[in-house]
Amino acid sequence: MSRINDVGGMAGFPAITEESDEPPFHADWEAHVFALNGALIKRGVYNLDEFRDAIERMSPEEYLAASYYERWFTAITMLLIEKGVASPEELDLPHG
Amino acid sequence: MSGDHTSSVISAQVRHVEALLESRGLLDNGEIDGRIDKFLTRGSPANGARITARAWVDAGFSERLLADANSAIREVGLSMAGGLQEQRLKVVVNTVEEHNVVVCTLCSCYPLALLGPSPSWYKSEAYRSRVVRDPRGVLREFGLELPERTRISVWDASAESRYMVVPRRPEGTEGLSEEQLAALVTRKGLIGTAAV
Repeated sequence: MSRINDVGGMAGFPAITEESDEPPFHADWEAHVFALNGALIKRGVYNLDEFRDAIERMSPEEYLAASYYERWFTAITMLLIEKGVASPEELDLPHG
Repeated sequence: MSGDHTSSVISAQVRHVEALLESRGLLDNGEIDGRIDKFLTRGSPANGARITARAWVDAGFSERLLADANSAIREVGLSMAGGLQEQRLKVVVNTVEEHNVVVCTLCSCYPLALLGPSPSWYKSEAYRSRVVRDPRGVLREFGLELPERTRISVWDASAESRYMVVPRRPEGTEGLSEEQLAALVTRKGLIGTAAV
């Protein structure tokens, strides 16, 4: 069964919108997420295929609701938990 | 699209995760900024434009480029090995008979070293889902109306493979230098969503 990321040929998506003079990143955190992923792959915490797989394992609802780099951050935190680097509680923002 | 509130929450979460990883020795101080700088300066559409202009003026280079793009781009000082893993590059050439356009239906695979950071529309579900089903219609939305007789080939990038389009050389450019020719080439031309 294909996963939600496999959208080739799927109907129902809207017209394509182009942004003029688009910056590479739309917020600082996006650039940080991008760099964080590269750093963790280089350290061998996980590899590129595991990262793609983590994005593709997101539920269709979550995948479609998330922006591009929100998906990346979700995948990074999923992998940090699965690899035993940190617990969900540790990754969560401290409340209070 | 996320609002400002979502953005500030995720921004705080990212900082929190970075600090946690630094405290565990999995991230060096300054590593993130260094990586961002490297990414932003590594690739730009000027690289793809340089390859295109060389292919237009040098038939031998063009032939080598089509046969083995990974080797040929080293002749102009470029490489597909600068990222997390070396990627296989295939270069496809537009002609009167055939127009090429590139997509990554599964995610966002893109020749960053030759084109720089990718535009959001390339990563959108709208482009990824529709360009394989109705390429002619999608190209029309980009303002590119192709003659009926022109065949359209859509190339779907994957984890190990990247594609780049060499647009058709515009008419009336016989007198231009290689550098002037390169200046005519746009990012969309190299993806295939513009004529040049």
